[in-house]
Amino acid sequence: MAKVKFEVPELTGEIIVPGLKEDAAAAIKSHNAPVKDMTDLGFPTELVPDWKEKAVAKFAELLKKYRSLKVFMDICVKCGACTDKCHFYLSTKDPRNMPVARAELLRKVYRRYFTTAGKVLGKLAEAEDLTREVLDEWYTYFYQCTECRRCSLFCPYGIDTAEITMAAREMMDTVGLGAKYPLQTINKAITIGNNLGMPGPAIRSTLDFMEEDIKEQTGIPVKFPMDVKGADVLLITPSADFFATPHVESLAGYAKVFHQAGISWTLSSYASEAGNFGMFNGNYEHMKKIASRIKVAINELKPKRLIHGECGHAWRAAYSFWNTLIGPFDSLDPKYPAPQHICEFTYDLINRGALKLDKTANDDFVVTFHDSCNVARASRMGNSPGGQFEIPRAIIRATCNKFVDMHPDTIREKTFCCGAGGGLLADEIIDLRIKGVMPRMQAYKAIKDSHGANFFALICAICKAQFTKVFPYYGYEMEEVGGVHQLVSRAIVLGGKEGI
Amino acid sequence: MEFSLLTIIFSLMAYGAAAVFVFGILCRIMVYAKTPSPLKIPTTPAPTTSFGAGVRVLSEVLLFRSLYRSNKWTWLGGVVFHWAFLLVVLRHLRYFLYPLPSWDMKLQSIGIYAGIVLPIAVLYLLMRRTTVDRTVFISSLADYFALALIFFIAGTGLLMKFYERPFMVDIKGFVYGLATFNFSAVPTDPVFLAHITLVMILLAYFPYSKLVHAPGIFFSPTRNQADNPREKRHVTPWSPNLT
Ligand code: SF4
Ligand code: SF4
Ligand code: SF4
Repeated sequence: MAKVKFEVPELTGEIIVPGLKEDAAAAIKSHNAPVKDMTDLGFPTELVPDWKEKAVAKFAELLKKYRSLKVFMDICVKCGACTDKCHFYLSTKDPRNMPVARAELLRKVYRRYFTTAGKVLGKLAEAEDLTREVLDEWYTYFYQCTECRRCSLFCPYGIDTAEITMAAREMMDTVGLGAKYPLQTINKAITIGNNLGMPGPAIRSTLDFMEEDIKEQTGIPVKFPMDVKGADVLLITPSADFFATPHVESLAGYAKVFHQAGISWTLSSYASEAGNFGMFNGNYEHMKKIASRIKVAINELKPKRLIHGECGHAWRAAYSFWNTLIGPFDSLDPKYPAPQHICEFTYDLINRGALKLDKTANDDFVVTFHDSCNVARASRMGNSPGGQFEIPRAIIRATCNKFVDMHPDTIREKTFCCGAGGGLLADEIIDLRIKGVMPRMQAYKAIKDSHGANFFALICAICKAQFTKVFPYYGYEMEEVGGVHQLVSRAIVLGGKEGI
Repeated sequence: MEFSLLTIIFSLMAYGAAAVFVFGILCRIMVYAKTPSPLKIPTTPAPTTSFGAGVRVLSEVLLFRSLYRSNKWTWLGGVVFHWAFLLVVLRHLRYFLYPLPSWDMKLQSIGIYAGIVLPIAVLYLLMRRTTVDRTVFISSLADYFALALIFFIAGTGLLMKFYERPFMVDIKGFVYGLATFNFSAVPTDPVFLAHITLVMILLAYFPYSKLVHAPGIFFSPTRNQADNPREKRHVTPWSPNLT
């Protein structure tokens, strides 16, 4: 297939707030979900005849169930503080990608059906009927939001457009208007157990391959156990870690850390996915179904600890939601947080001097770190707020000699999204993905020019997939993209003193 | 004692507006309080205790912390506007209280400065709204209406203070009378009547417009939740428990 040329934003190292260009992104649409996935997930396969009534009824239901949605529909004062904060507005210039304008697509319908002023005054009160055109706008622009919460950070009321996007997608799904990539992924996670739809034996054979590979390279028999009952640790990680590059390099890192620490661990073939796309589409039941596989695995394998691999949205689901969805974790050892992030685990070992790390192994690299938005703005690591920024950086510093941070306005809680989270890692919207990553690429370009950065460290499976895909469009090598535990994997000195 | 038709109309309108305001706000608060927050969604990094989360909300309410990070110029306008508004309202307590508490006495003169600053802040916010293409795009009639309303309320107030100077004792008599159900005649000064009419419109409009951001901010889950999902299990009220 010939590579279609896309308009790639020019890299200047600066992020400039553009002027509006109405409808600039109006033509970018995710593909509709296939009949099979809609059916499997209990959604109508095409737009139902009474879709308007159904959607409004769903809206009413969600308003009763989610305080966030209800309050956020009411209290925006249109101060404009969020208007220049979304990577999709900055890159597409489409005003409907300003968070407040995106939310307004839903809010105008809210006013029409749920407020007196809107019912009586109509347009005068910014209320609008839910028409086919409005529905199409929803489909376009609620699939141009990665639910990254950058807007929420800067809004004086904390209005989180991600919550609004989730609600809108749930309403669309209910009336038969679903998007292919997120729904297919949800379906695979529920029925097969992971987002890639890989059966247990396929996972086992790549694990075998990795064992051989590491044995060959290092002479050390690092194991990748699966379905082992009674292991200390159950590791739940994004399935991309088993098959995708550079994800597997981090998986090797986790295994080496466990090996070196002398802690027994296992993966689960039944719960072979940390990711939870149910969250992206705002469906509580799907989210719970996906997470409940982990509960089953815990009950079956009886681990003492639950550890989570490198993934942004998955860590949000795990850290913030698992306890609610599938908790309490009474069978686990209360000495450890449940779940615990692999970075927390490795960091702790480093602090206790349990790992020997040879920084020179990463001397080819000048490393910089991209804070994944879901980790940065929707979760935590460690015991104090902001641990999610310090801990991965501390690990990186322990594994290499040259670490530099990108511009302060683009890291930590102010980080820019990769442009493909929230169920937007779909091929057909590659144009949007190339654009959406622009602010992050500007910051990377700047740190490259000033400090020669050449390794882009990540702790998110979607980030890894997105950056390896879009880097070449910007003229960078995809090999510059890698995981934090990839650095650990390269630096860790195996053998010698084992255990702690 | 006989009352003029004007007095009767204005007295009834004032009670009506106050009732709509109180009822409307209470309804909103009740709906917000009753609607559950099924999941933990604080925007992190967030305080790990409820006390910390309370401090976070107050820092938003009193100092507009997030807005400060977001846009210094909007922050400046917003903070000046809201604090001036508050001081002006506190200054007006003198029409409702007798005797006037000493703290409010002290606020009287600063309240006047605040009254002068208020319409200037409104104009500044209006200027911001109309000069940046992004805010022009998102602004609607309602946004201009709220600003205009407050501008004219402040304007008529200042007119009375510095130009018209209606007899203050009459005004206090009327307002205090309403507050204590001890009625007296409404002053017939047209600027006063305009001022009080606009205030009544603002009161009645408040609970049914974006102005509910005032009580609403206290209910914003991304700000008022503590970041402790691992330490303390949060339960979704409407979801049956697994396990
Ligand atoms: S920052 Fe918040 S209040 Fe201001 S326009 Fe955006 S969503 Fe509305
Ligand atoms: S959540 Fe992220 S992608 Fe969505 S509107 Fe806000 S800033 Fe944009
Ligand atoms: S993939 Fe990474 S950067 Fe992109 S939305 Fe998810 S966490 Fe954020």
